[in-house]
Amino acid sequence: MRLLPTCPCFLGASLLVCVTLPLAAGGGANASQSRPAEINVTHVPVVTVKWHHVETSYLVALWILVAGLNSKLKSFFPESALLIISGFILGGIVWGADKAQTFKLVPRNFFYFLLPQIILDTGYFMPNKLFFSNLGAILVHAVIGTCWNAAAVGISLWGCYLGGAMGNLQIGLLQFLLFGSLLAAVDPVAVIAVFEEVHVNEVLFIWVFGESLLNDGVTVVLYNVFDAFVSLGGEKINAGEIIKGIVSFFVVAFGGSLIGVVFAILISLLTKYTGKVQIIEAGFIFVLGYLSYLTAEMLSLSAILSVTFCGVCCQKYVNANMDEKSVTAVRYAMKVFANGSETMIFVFLGVTAIDTDIWVWNTGFILLTLLFVLVYRFMGVFFLTWILNRYRLVPIELIDQIVMSFGGLRGAVAYGLAASLDETRIKEKNLMITTTLIVVYFTVILQGLTMKPLVKWLKVKRVSPTELKLIEKVNNRAFEHILAAMEDISGRIGDNWWTRGWKRFEDTYITWFLMKPEARKNRDYLFSIFHKLNLEDAINYVTEAEKRGSLAFLNQTDGTIVNFEKKLRFSGVMPDIMSELDFGEKSNISDIKDTVPSVSLNIHEHEMKRMNEDFNAHHLLQQHLYRSRKNHRHKYSRSNFSINQSEDEVQEIFQRTMRSRLESFKSAKMGVTPAKKITKHPKKDPNHKTTDKSKKHPYGDEDFEFSEADSAYSGDGGATGGSSQRRGTYTMGAGVENPAFMPEMDTPPPPWVTEAEADTSVAPSQGAQRYLPWSPRNLHRLAPLRISDRSTDSFLMADAPATEESSEESPQQPSQRDGTHM
Amino acid sequence: MGSTNSTLSKIPNAGDLMQETGFSPAHIVRLYDRYKALDKDKKGHLCPQDFGAIKELAMNPISDRIIGAFFSSGQEVLDFPSFVRILAHFRPVDKNRPKDPNSPEHINSRSNKLKFIFQLYDQDKDGKISRQELLQVLRTMLEKQVTEEQLESIADRTIQEADLDRDDAISFDEFRKNSLWCPSRSIKCRATD
Repeated sequence: MRLLPTCPCFLGASLLVCVTLPLAAGGGANASQSRPAEINVTHVPVVTVKWHHVETSYLVALWILVAGLNSKLKSFFPESALLIISGFILGGIVWGADKAQTFKLVPRNFFYFLLPQIILDTGYFMPNKLFFSNLGAILVHAVIGTCWNAAAVGISLWGCYLGGAMGNLQIGLLQFLLFGSLLAAVDPVAVIAVFEEVHVNEVLFIWVFGESLLNDGVTVVLYNVFDAFVSLGGEKINAGEIIKGIVSFFVVAFGGSLIGVVFAILISLLTKYTGKVQIIEAGFIFVLGYLSYLTAEMLSLSAILSVTFCGVCCQKYVNANMDEKSVTAVRYAMKVFANGSETMIFVFLGVTAIDTDIWVWNTGFILLTLLFVLVYRFMGVFFLTWILNRYRLVPIELIDQIVMSFGGLRGAVAYGLAASLDETRIKEKNLMITTTLIVVYFTVILQGLTMKPLVKWLKVKRVSPTELKLIEKVNNRAFEHILAAMEDISGRIGDNWWTRGWKRFEDTYITWFLMKPEARKNRDYLFSIFHKLNLEDAINYVTEAEKRGSLAFLNQTDGTIVNFEKKLRFSGVMPDIMSELDFGEKSNISDIKDTVPSVSLNIHEHEMKRMNEDFNAHHLLQQHLYRSRKNHRHKYSRSNFSINQSEDEVQEIFQRTMRSRLESFKSAKMGVTPAKKITKHPKKDPNHKTTDKSKKHPYGDEDFEFSEADSAYSGDGGATGGSSQRRGTYTMGAGVENPAFMPEMDTPPPPWVTEAEADTSVAPSQGAQRYLPWSPRNLHRLAPLRISDRSTDSFLMADAPATEESSEESPQQPSQRDGTHM
Repeated sequence: MGSTNSTLSKIPNAGDLMQETGFSPAHIVRLYDRYKALDKDKKGHLCPQDFGAIKELAMNPISDRIIGAFFSSGQEVLDFPSFVRILAHFRPVDKNRPKDPNSPEHINSRSNKLKFIFQLYDQDKDGKISRQELLQVLRTMLEKQVTEEQLESIADRTIQEADLDRDDAISFDEFRKNSLWCPSRSIKCRATD
């Protein structure tokens, strides 16, 4: 998830360093910085070296730079482990210099200045679909798993203590439970750091990751409750207190999430109205995100949950409302901050270790803790997954479970909680800190190190980024359609029902409230494809032109007035799709551009055409295959796909299906043979042989050669009836374009198509169509899209068009329709 | 479900069906209920129009083929066992079910699943997907913006990639080879649940 190379992050890191270091170092005030205040000034100083002023910031900045240069080792060493080790070294140096640890990870700094931006970043880039579809499982693991971990570790340690394995400690059951609860939580920072380099499959990733985020709710509650219990003392705990504890869990968790959602709404509203102050727009997100953290913290609710949900809920609306540049700015800034914070956290985790004050060694305690943490993690995960698998269609395999257990890393949050223990009440605080540190190091370094080899060895299913062959793509899409159909046939009300319901609710109310009006209109999926195709067209156009010398080749083909202005006009309000949509093919284009020499021989041209065709085919499939409902299920993508197919795609499919059905029904019932329908046309259209190139009818492009149509029908009529196609062949030579030629249809063309005709004057000639991979004439169909508000009831569909489009049809249509309509 | 056993007895040949398809009694009952619900006119069997009435199905580009797959060889009626048999293709692969070496493969074996899909493509049942058939499928699955030219080039390229014996058609074996990597979740899962 760290897109940027580590170098820019160090820029940010060093900035942060300068801010937080003084705070961090402030604790250890026994630094041996000799103030030169007592030196007598005997002469005017021209240059003085003020090392002491910059000592701390300089050192840390240097060390972070050095740590960054370790990236060579990154292939098998997880970055987090490297950073911790660098922290060790740095700490060693500082300690050697000052004989005391001046840099410490003060919990307050950690929780208030270093953690929030990381969580905001994860929330903002969370793959929402994946997250919410797995939310149940994630919650089970987060809540029940964490409670189990806390209780089991605490009680086992207490048992061992009673058994005498730890010698003499001033500690009681409650303190063990407190300790267990602070050590129970899987840490999001550590999980990100390790898993991002491993690339496991999405479901596994989101389970571990989601759990690490959501378990904060539990951790906060458990920690506070047990802290309160410890203060109260054992005697005062009765059922009432315990019930209060349980109630507080719900309050904390839901309250925190609610605050996050409230702030998300605020952010979205803000971005809706700040079109004029784009520069500051981006900053608002950070400020409000931070405020949500602080607000939750102030109300002693779960701050991590708050920030997470803030990011999760606002991402969609913010991305839609803001200008593309702002969106990009926010993205990169967030990454920088998050990376910087993460680096600092790990370095400080290392630095903090080199401090003799805190080290208390108790072999039994430490080793037992380590053992229990690991064992109970495995047990918890296996047990819960076993339960969950009984309700899942695709069970989580054993291997994935092993990785999930192994991925239960503890991190800085645990340390922060340990360090903020009250030492007056908890006498063994240092022991706990020591143990926590050791557990953290163990999990992050050792488990982080072994994660990658383990994943490889166990052959965990990875995310497969390979380019599929065409047939595989087609097949996969076909499979998805089939599965969706099977779902419908078997009447399974799966998660789909909920998501559809939510989508409907969201589309009607929420987007109206939170999104800018322009943004709302342009959320259309096809629109974004349209935009992308335009851009690619432009690039291809220029590429072709350069090969032929100049844009002068345009002269050969008259009428090719591809009005780029007009189409790219929309780009102003488009969301930032450039980075969102998959531009795998685009890089091919630029590669090709580079390889084609300026003096282009015909050979290259041919090859390039061939390559063009190849990725054209891939690209075409990618873009134009109808999306099934299930298509977006488990895809980890940061862009926003709507689960519903766009209205127009649905309309298209509907049109076809209804048409073919009515037709097969008719031909079966009324004995109207297909051939008869074709012969109707000549008498209808007096001028359909004109090759009028300037005006295109939407279906006129499809040249309906009668022989072709005949064979089409005879061939397909016997089949399932699903193949009477409206699309004729566009053959170059026999370009009989019939502007007024109406292919026989039972329903007139959808309004958005006929409207398109009236608006645009783009009609590239055949020559241009040969040259351009995607001729604009394909695109102008999309030009003014209108979200049709027709009902999608199948039988209504067949009848409705009669009433709706009467104004747009040609006069002959009604008669035709009456004749052939049921 | 407490009513499972009583409803189960109403279903003819339930035991054989379960044996053959591997569905559990609860599944069979649920399927039976769905079957009855789809059969709006209470004819006792299903016909293509009943499938057509399923709203969401109409939004599926290959819905006609799928419906056709249920009504094989031109029949117009679909009885419950056939209904169940087709849906059984979509059960997860049973790793544990003991396989009698002499009996035919289970309905939901991997190869039978692929065969089912293959039949969706291969309308004329000659064991090969010809270029024409592929074109038809592509046409239904691709949006209208794609021209015929482009369609044909896609179809050509697809056959080129998959066709190993150069007969310009995709046989079942070639089809199967190209689906080897296909992620297990897409077919293996999604039983009627």
